[in-house]
Amino acid sequence: MALTMRGARSLLLSELLSGLALTLRYMFKGAVTVNYPYEKGPLSTRFRGEHVLRRYPNGEERCIACKLCEAICPALAITIEAEPRDDGSRRTTRYDIDMTKCIYCGYCQEACPVDAIVEGPNFEFATETREELFYDKQKLLDNGDRWEAEIAKNLALDAPYR
Amino acid sequence: MDSFWGGYALPTVITVGEVLAVVVPLLIAVAYLTYFERKVLAFSQLRKGPNVVGLFGLLQPFADGLKLLLKETVIPSGANRVIFIFAPIVTFTLSLVAWAVIPFDLGVVISNINVGILYLFAISSLGVYGIILAGWASNSRYAFLGALRSAAQMVSYEVAIGFVLVTVLLCVGSLNLSDIVEAQHRIWFAIPLLPMFVIFFISGLAETNRSPFDVVEGETELVAGYFVEYSAMAFALFYLGEYANMILISAMTSVLFLGGWLAPFGVPPFTWVPGTIWFLLKIAFVLFCFLWVRATFPRFRYDQLMRLGWKVFLPFSLFWLVLTAGVLIATGWLPTR
Repeated sequence: MALTMRGARSLLLSELLSGLALTLRYMFKGAVTVNYPYEKGPLSTRFRGEHVLRRYPNGEERCIACKLCEAICPALAITIEAEPRDDGSRRTTRYDIDMTKCIYCGYCQEACPVDAIVEGPNFEFATETREELFYDKQKLLDNGDRWEAEIAKNLALDAPYR
Repeated sequence: MDSFWGGYALPTVITVGEVLAVVVPLLIAVAYLTYFERKVLAFSQLRKGPNVVGLFGLLQPFADGLKLLLKETVIPSGANRVIFIFAPIVTFTLSLVAWAVIPFDLGVVISNINVGILYLFAISSLGVYGIILAGWASNSRYAFLGALRSAAQMVSYEVAIGFVLVTVLLCVGSLNLSDIVEAQHRIWFAIPLLPMFVIFFISGLAETNRSPFDVVEGETELVAGYFVEYSAMAFALFYLGEYANMILISAMTSVLFLGGWLAPFGVPPFTWVPGTIWFLLKIAFVLFCFLWVRATFPRFRYDQLMRLGWKVFLPFSLFWLVLTAGVLIATGWLPTR
């Protein structure tokens, strides 16, 4: 009996037909595609994208050259040189990130005591040459000015969980 | 002079015109079949498919064609140049030549010969030569393996197809494709000969090397099979040939089993639509089934493919052939012409 049933099932192609019915049902479900350059999916407030160096509201840069980020960076992507400034405060003279080395682990922003280095929400920073991905201090500060609004909002939203 | 124009030149011009009237729409249909395939696959996978080039991506086939046209034809240094160039031409030509006997409506056919079905069978068997030549001339292991597989596969499934054709011929009593369609006025052969219809459809998939029988090009094992070494227009010719063959097999299925140009019901609202439209709709439906199967099933293993061809389809179609013949004799329905 079992053999007859199995024979009948394979002769009548019942499994193949149920498979076809499944794909046919899916054809009418509608696409789930996000039309990327024109539509974008949601991003987490903790999204780790392109790095920025932030400033205080009065325009003073936050970074105090403690070099904790440089020390913790597992990919050795960060290079910092520092000197006391004319007014006696300690500031970086050089703050480079090699974006081709960076693994976007987020340790630098975790290590930072003053929330100066932060990975912002921007992930569309592809370049045509490798050299453009060696970010210097000026580039990072410019990024900070450009993304400050979003970053401040994300940090505020994520603060209760820290 | 008069006999030259009336008896020789004019028929030639008319024939060339008829050929163009079939081949040009056919090539456009092939272009849009690639688009249709990508859309069907995309929809079954909850994607959108090509939608950027032109409205709904409708210009995509032409963009692809232009790209292939502008690329360089690379000929491998170890290849046999003459055969290497000749193979895609053979494949493409053979896929077009078969259309000479396909009837689009009563009398709308380039050549209404009395051995139409034998001609179709012969041409589709010749199709394997283009593939074998390509695999051999490429002087590449992958291409050669693909060609070997293709030869074995097409030979195996042609046997089953042959028996299916003989069954249909028994019911019609003629090898003429128009007669075959006319014989289906009362009922389409797909209904009384349903098992043979299914076998023909599945063997058609194997004959055109379509998924799930695409072991010939099986990209996971053989990269692209017999046309790995091809690029640009030579590649495009293979591609066109393959898709034209798909349309051809669909047309054969329509003629043999789905009543060709006949309306589904012989009553007014259906008979108002011209026969050619019905024929094209049937072809489109069978093509959709080809793509639908591709969207559903994984590829057969090579031994499974051979087992299905020789141990299942061959005995089954032979049995059904004898059964059909017996029923026709016993009931006295055997057509006599």
